Amino acid sequence: MNADTLFQPLLLSVQLAAITTIVLMIIATPIAWWLAQTSSRWKTLVQTTVALPIVLPPTVMGFYLLIVLGPGGAIGSWWVELTGNALTFSFAGLVVASCLYSLPFAVQPLVVGFESLGQRNLEAAWTLGASKIDAFFSVALPLSVRGYLSAVVLSFAHTLGEFGVVLMVGGNIPGETRVISIAIYDQVESLNYHAAHQLSALLLVVAFIALFSMFFVNRKWRTQ
Amino acid sequence: MNAASTVHVRYTLQRPEFTLDVELDLPLRGISGVFGASGAGKTSLLRCIAGLERPATGKLVVAGDVWQDDESNIWRAVHERDIGYVFQEPRLFAHLDVRRNIEYGLRRREHNGAPDIDHVIGLLGIERLLGRKPDELSGGEAQRVAIARALLCAPRFVLMDEPLASLDQERKEEILPFLDRLHAEGDVPIIYVSHNIDEVSRLCDHLVVIDGGRVVADGDVQSVLVRTDLPILAGREAGSVIQGAVESYDDADDLTGLRCSGGNLWVPGNAGQTGATVRLRIRASDVSLCRSRPDNSTILNIVPAQVDAIESDAGPSALVRLAMGEDRIIARVTRRSIRELELREGDEVFAQIKSVAVRAP
Repeated sequence: MNADTLFQPLLLSVQLAAITTIVLMIIATPIAWWLAQTSSRWKTLVQTTVALPIVLPPTVMGFYLLIVLGPGGAIGSWWVELTGNALTFSFAGLVVASCLYSLPFAVQPLVVGFESLGQRNLEAAWTLGASKIDAFFSVALPLSVRGYLSAVVLSFAHTLGEFGVVLMVGGNIPGETRVISIAIYDQVESLNYHAAHQLSALLLVVAFIALFSMFFVNRKWRTQ
Repeated sequence: MNAASTVHVRYTLQRPEFTLDVELDLPLRGISGVFGASGAGKTSLLRCIAGLERPATGKLVVAGDVWQDDESNIWRAVHERDIGYVFQEPRLFAHLDVRRNIEYGLRRREHNGAPDIDHVIGLLGIERLLGRKPDELSGGEAQRVAIARALLCAPRFVLMDEPLASLDQERKEEILPFLDRLHAEGDVPIIYVSHNIDEVSRLCDHLVVIDGGRVVADGDVQSVLVRTDLPILAGREAGSVIQGAVESYDDADDLTGLRCSGGNLWVPGNAGQTGATVRLRIRASDVSLCRSRPDNSTILNIVPAQVDAIESDAGPSALVRLAMGEDRIIARVTRRSIRELELREGDEVFAQIKSVAVRAP
């Protein structure tokens, strides 16, 4: 097994996880802010929808995504018109699927962070002349750094480890959709246990380092 | 009162515990106290003025500028109201040091002109705290920083919601002198909410009493405090505020002689330079009454007075309001004493004043 077959899937996984995490922070922030602030009757509905990926088998999500993102689907056909390429079995499609799949892991820690922040600091900021947007960026955001740290690490780690949704939506195209978890499955299928060992160990180490750093930084902040 | 120098407030707000229904004109100078028991609606009133609460119907006119009028759909959001707000807790921003905390409002209200930062920092004695983070401050220090932060956004007036309530007695004593200084300077009008009669007696010029969401008294602090007919003012802390002018200081006995409208009083210590005006707080429980002038009492201050009103409640005691020259003070005596001395309105008596608290005016 050469270095390329070992590292290409890892690199692809890390790329996918990084892009997904960045996109998720942008999407999850307003959703989490709304959930933490609102007393709207739609809150429960939104909460449930966001949490669905936690309980649904990845194959169920993958199946629906395959239909919606496929060239005949609502989003897929629009994408084909826009770019000329199909969204399924492409890296872009994987990003979309991963964002939905990891959404709860980004939203939940942010909601917890925003809720623990409470109204008090915000009210103080408003009375000092800060508009709601200004108060969010100058007070709520910096005081929620720990919530963001958890959200980033969990989204990243969860995307790194996904398998079912990727397989359904992305397939197994080297350099495009063959992420590390798919590559491991592939090697095991062809009874290539040595390569599977290497890939698995690699993923194990990366996941361990990511989680360890989060807990370490979190603890350091707490004792400061 | 002239509309240009008042805050006109009219609010109706439904809450499960009470209904706030007030209409008020508060002077835009000195300190105006809003006094009442917990749950009387004081904090809600302040939050309405700040725009933090949106009542069913409301109107707020500050020195002629309409900030809120539901009939004409005028609504200024919180950040568009030029106020400073001091909450019960300091609410400092944990991620900013003290200097950046107090500069937070300063930068956002630049249009109000630049207040003198160094002056405010000195006024509240926070020079040495500027580089610290909020979690490195004591409760009293943090509240002083919060007051400085509110003053520095150059507000038309400052709202203070029981700024001392979350502090123990020692910390309160630490902050009160700073509030005295703020009061003495009188640059920024303050609306001060409190359920502590000592605090409002010490600090306020104007006093509004709220009970059950309604205004039950409104006027200058001297005349409102002697409203013995208001049960909320008739509690254990009942007392009056009068003014006196420093006449002499007796070095040997360490006593200051004051001239008041109804006679002269001695107070402990050196109360100020000759001619200075001071504020005296006389608790009702420190005043007793005699029919004739006692000639061998340990009490120094015995002043002729006239019974102005007698208010008995269900308990053993009664409050007697006395006219002492132009001033009014109140005395707490037992109902039995009133009966045995046959006290009636208009009677001439002697008031024995056991202790007097002196403050700058």
